[in-house]
Amino acid sequence: MLTPEPATRAASAPESVETTPAFVGPRAPAPRGAAPFPWERRLLGIHSALVYLFLYAPIAILIVFSFNAARQTARWEGFTVQWYARLMENTLILKALKNSLIVAGVTTVVATIIGTLAALALARYSFRGKGATQATLFLPIIIPEIVFGAALVTFFGAIQLRLSIWTVILSHIAFSISYVAIVVRARLAGFDRSLEEAAMDLGAGPVQTFFRVTLPVILPGVIAGALLVFTISIDDYVVSSFVAGVGATTLPLQIYSMIKVGVTPEVNAVSSLLLLATVVMIVVSQRLQQEPGKGESRR
Amino acid sequence: MGDETTKPTKAPYLLIAPSWAALGILFLLPLLVMFIISFGMRGTYGGLKPIDDLWAYILSGDFLANYKRSLEPLYWPIYWRSFWMATVTTVLCLLISYPIAYYIAIVAPARWKNLLLALVVIPFWTSFLIRTYAWMLILRTEGLINTVLMEGGLIDKPLDLLYNEFAVMIGLVYGELPFMILPLYASLEKLDLTLLEASSDLGAKHVSTFWRVTLPLTMPGVVAGVVLVFIPSIGQFVVSDLLGGAKSMLVGNLIQNQFAVARHRPFGSAIAFELTAVVLLLLFAYAWWAKKRGQEAML
Amino acid sequence: MSVSVDIAGVTKRFGDFVAVDRVSLQIRKGEFFSLLGPSGCGKTTLLRMIGGFEFPTEGVIRIGDRDVTWLPPYKRPVNMVFQSSALFPHLTVIENVAFGLRYKGLNNGAAKQKARDALALVRLEGFEDRPPAQLSGGQRQRVALARALAMEPEVLLLDEPLAALDQKLRKEVQLELKNLQKSLGLTFVFVTHDQEEALTMSDRIAVMNQGRVEQLDASHHVFEYPKTEFVAQFMGAPNFFTGVVKSLAEGLLYIGGRTEADIRARTTSDTWRPNDPVRFVVRPEKLDLRTKSGTSDGEVSIEVTIEDRVYQGVNTVWVVRGDDGERYMIYEQNDRPFQESSRFRVGGRAFMSWNPRDTVVLEKKS
Repeated sequence: MLTPEPATRAASAPESVETTPAFVGPRAPAPRGAAPFPWERRLLGIHSALVYLFLYAPIAILIVFSFNAARQTARWEGFTVQWYARLMENTLILKALKNSLIVAGVTTVVATIIGTLAALALARYSFRGKGATQATLFLPIIIPEIVFGAALVTFFGAIQLRLSIWTVILSHIAFSISYVAIVVRARLAGFDRSLEEAAMDLGAGPVQTFFRVTLPVILPGVIAGALLVFTISIDDYVVSSFVAGVGATTLPLQIYSMIKVGVTPEVNAVSSLLLLATVVMIVVSQRLQQEPGKGESRR
Repeated sequence: MGDETTKPTKAPYLLIAPSWAALGILFLLPLLVMFIISFGMRGTYGGLKPIDDLWAYILSGDFLANYKRSLEPLYWPIYWRSFWMATVTTVLCLLISYPIAYYIAIVAPARWKNLLLALVVIPFWTSFLIRTYAWMLILRTEGLINTVLMEGGLIDKPLDLLYNEFAVMIGLVYGELPFMILPLYASLEKLDLTLLEASSDLGAKHVSTFWRVTLPLTMPGVVAGVVLVFIPSIGQFVVSDLLGGAKSMLVGNLIQNQFAVARHRPFGSAIAFELTAVVLLLLFAYAWWAKKRGQEAML
Repeated sequence: MSVSVDIAGVTKRFGDFVAVDRVSLQIRKGEFFSLLGPSGCGKTTLLRMIGGFEFPTEGVIRIGDRDVTWLPPYKRPVNMVFQSSALFPHLTVIENVAFGLRYKGLNNGAAKQKARDALALVRLEGFEDRPPAQLSGGQRQRVALARALAMEPEVLLLDEPLAALDQKLRKEVQLELKNLQKSLGLTFVFVTHDQEEALTMSDRIAVMNQGRVEQLDASHHVFEYPKTEFVAQFMGAPNFFTGVVKSLAEGLLYIGGRTEADIRARTTSDTWRPNDPVRFVVRPEKLDLRTKSGTSDGEVSIEVTIEDRVYQGVNTVWVVRGDDGERYMIYEQNDRPFQESSRFRVGGRAFMSWNPRDTVVLEKKS
């Protein structure tokens, strides 16, 4: 569920939808069967447009404001990139960015490896505790982050582990494994086992088969999972706010403390940048998660 | 085929071991530690007070002190607010999401589908913090709405749009909306359109086709969406912290306070554990429901 | 003739399910051998055990004179063409074909050259640098074939490789495959559920049912002389007659109970005893529908009721019912223009006749 599949049916069976334009006019083809009447379609279309407006207007406003010369008000006082320029001089933000990149980088590498291995185990084998493992993998995603953060800080306190950037990394790894496992497993579900059999048939041993066939074929899924984890890690505020030690302030923590002090154009600028970076990663990740074999022949 | 009957292999255990270790040490163990500490007493400096005689401590019933305290009438309004806000958020999300999910899955032209879906997926993964912050830009005293209304001469004193329950409500709906749209879309996408045509063919009007065919068949998506929206809403603290005032404190803020401000971890742990219990109950109810329907859970 | 694959007493169980049940058979060097049967009959499992993708629960498999029962696929001198073609989507056509050659110790240049030769063999020159996703179904299977052939296996295994192709293309590829096999002199083991396909290509066919081999014979023999009801049915001869053995002499069985004169039928078995119940079949195209009982030339004739007439293009099928209640099919070749009316009418009586040499006695049931 957490990796909403792309519209596979739309691609494979264009039956009822292909011929109907988006906002159907009065001359639209007669509704087929239970397809909605034109006025129903138009109503649904208008509603959807409004929802998209609701989803994106605040983001757009944020980005527009990051270029507004006005410091305090929402009045437009001219276009400027000075807020972005100032970010480059803001040592706190730069330090936080560096921390965030370290945390997200290490988390991504470790969680991707562990999560991919778990996905292989879950997709390929039946073993003791498989059901429990699946349930446990799912919990970090669904349990409120605040519980996760509270539990971790309590635990680190109990074992007297001083809060630092490492406690942040450990915490991020803990909740990231699940995402990788789920994304990669979805990819493995569509994996044609006879590919591996073919490799073995052609003389490749199990290890060679994994590196020459299995890994290259699931690689888009692995990369998608990695990008997702990077995004989640670099965006995380809640868990980090509990487990970050002194000097381990990440970008979201830094932004949060700036917001609490007051709305400033610098915050708009840094938020816009973070948003842009994550959107790019999400779009790439989504593309990679699409149907294996469809539109991704890389040659 | 095959793997089950041939000799048992160590492979799955080697693959899954890192996940077991990571989730065991960094997820299950912390939850357990938090559970134990929720029965403890706070020490002078916010740490744990050592217990000299465990047996006497248990017999005295003091170990339940944190839970007793959490049930004091002082906190009732917070619980009540958390509950009704999460409920209203869920209902609003459902009402807003169903039509748009229906539009994307059934009405929209095929070639637009992937784009429309991606536009829902992107906010699903991008920073909750920044998207919440964007609403501060819009709602605050010097924000967009007040500026526009004042410039337009419609009001002469800025409206108090921020720091109240209304603002929190907007923030919650805004943040959780994609979590409702995606499962609804997934189940509408699977819907066999010929069933709707059959219903029409048998004389049902569109409205009654919706109530008698469409809705019952997409119930798995509805329930999954409800669970996915309700759980994070009830554990929320960022939205209420940024957009709400003192009067819109939620249970998430109460927990966070115990760790960050009051430094009363045992009490915070007790509430966090109560929240976890509620969430798990919900999940069990959901799993039971899905099993009863004989369907694979969508989560 | 030397043996290429020797399967001795092989059983494969999946839990309680017996997929292959005590199968013993030998595949000769250089023959086109087909495993034929409905889905779930165990043919694919048997093939996969030869390939090393499954291991037998009991029994031994030898290739050449080597016991390979427990060898993994990558150590066996056999190669497989998979039903799904199993082309590596991340590699080009030529890289796919050259994939296994590196394990034979060939350097890159030699491997590429060999792969090119293999592609030429299946007439796919010019496709070297395409990704598999850009190939048609027929081309994909050709690449899979080239990939397996490039390995120069002792035995080539083919798991329903043509199942995904459309009818017309399938016929073409069948002939091509057969010619290729003949010219290479290679042992082919071919799995299919399509009897026509098996007949077109195979030297010998093993018909399988419920994990067992029902009959193993030269392909025309399987078609003309089915030994069991299952094989007869599967080969499109569902015309079953029941009689009683009168006597047995010099390979001829005299069957009574159906006609005034005994039916003479050949048999290879000498276990028949008088009064044994006996089942026999006559292929639908060997039956004739007559208005009169024609007993000339020792023809057998049975009076039947006509139940249906089905026009099928090449043939007209007459569905008739004997007085014993059994239903029979008779093919009449449409060598004349179609006419609504006919000498026979549905509901009427007629005579079903055949030459006694076309009587095929089924194996005696133990």
